[in-house]
Amino acid sequence: MSRTVTIIRTGPQALVQDLGRPGNAHLGVPPSGALDRDSLKLANRLVGNAESAAGLELLLGGLALEANSSCTIAVTGPSTELRVDGRLVDSHQPVHLKPQQVLEIGTPQTGLRTYLALSGGVDVPEELGSRSTDLLSGIGPDPLRDNDVLTLGKPGTATGADVVPPHRALHTLVVPILLGPRDDWFEDAETQLRQGSWAVSDRSNRVGARLQGTVLNRRDGEIPSEGMITGAVQVPPDGQPVVFLNDHPTTGGYPVIGVVDGDHLGFLGQARPGTAVRFRPVG
Amino acid sequence: MLLRRCGTDALLVEVDSLTEVAAVRAALERLDGVEELVPAARTVLVKGALAQVREALKTVDLSQAPTTHSREITIPVIYDGPDLDLVADTAGTTPDEVVKLHTEAVYEVAFCGFAPGFGYLTGLPEQLQQPRLDSPRTKVPQGSVGIAGEFTAAYPRPTPGGWRLIGRTEITLFDAKAEAPALLQPGDQVRFVIA
Repeated sequence: MSRTVTIIRTGPQALVQDLGRPGNAHLGVPPSGALDRDSLKLANRLVGNAESAAGLELLLGGLALEANSSCTIAVTGPSTELRVDGRLVDSHQPVHLKPQQVLEIGTPQTGLRTYLALSGGVDVPEELGSRSTDLLSGIGPDPLRDNDVLTLGKPGTATGADVVPPHRALHTLVVPILLGPRDDWFEDAETQLRQGSWAVSDRSNRVGARLQGTVLNRRDGEIPSEGMITGAVQVPPDGQPVVFLNDHPTTGGYPVIGVVDGDHLGFLGQARPGTAVRFRPVG
Repeated sequence: MLLRRCGTDALLVEVDSLTEVAAVRAALERLDGVEELVPAARTVLVKGALAQVREALKTVDLSQAPTTHSREITIPVIYDGPDLDLVADTAGTTPDEVVKLHTEAVYEVAFCGFAPGFGYLTGLPEQLQQPRLDSPRTKVPQGSVGIAGEFTAAYPRPTPGGWRLIGRTEITLFDAKAEAPALLQPGDQVRFVIA
């Protein structure tokens, strides 16, 4: 008999995410996957899953669920209050749930995205090798709804030895950026990037972190659509940069002034609207 | 050919024509360690194995598009699109002749993009190379077959779009749950037939 949990309430947005489906861009399929990969991997390790198992990515927390069978869970990402049957428990640690126990996840004090791993992982059918919800393409499971019942896979052995303190999302991000491929569309791209300052816009989503602030001066016109990678900083005609995150379109026609390395994208995935952003051109 | 840096582990290879794009794609597609290989109109984006990629690009013959096709695909079309008369008028011919031109040509998937499984097919007869609609449709029905510029394509799912629509197909172009989700991949040869 399969183990399940019932979602009592989803909070603002609850998505099934694993490490995504890279390698399909030539079919027009975005990579998708958890925006803060390190947090999902940690949560999975804490409950004895493979790092690539599917968990839940929660926008501003807020989820509550009831365990229908015994399971181990871990919540990672920014520091967040957790309760089991109303009693406070710790995030960033394995927590055992008995059947009928209710887990409630609060709103994180900083940051945007909380990760919940469940022992055995969320078992929904894979699409192109991944269980991730891709909000741009509509691939993968729908966003969770209240009263959904999630089936869990076969559990591994929780280690419990891998506890890591939560990181605080920062008020100001300094983001290293490697110039190119289209920095020649900008007059002195390096100086423009170094001297500008931006804030994360509330129109940001899993497709991209939209930045508002200094206008980047670029040539007029468009490029014939070309391949885009995660972390590409695209500059539309209004000069306001967009950093492509995991559900980004695979091609685009606006010039990419530079690319943010994958190691730093997790911070952008955790950046609340209003977070200050500066670029540090490298190379 | 110009190599443009694209982050720490990717390159954008810029060339001058779709033929050159096909040549670059063919030269790189069998390299071990390549994580993404994304042909487009004038570029090929390649991620991973950059040392081998640079080496392979030194010897690529850009004048030779690959002559062999991994797969040949036939798409049955009902030619009753809302823009069929417009396309015929623009071409200075009849709707029947448009259908004849579109079904007699042999196409190749130059690249995919815009939406999962949306393949840009080259090989469109010159008379059918026409601009997009002045005002794009907010919703193009799934399976619509259209033309725009030097390309023809079939819409895998309903999306906004400005292509001139000449017909529709009932074939599944993209199914994420299938073992082989996309009917069309770059390099495939495609023919349209009357359904």
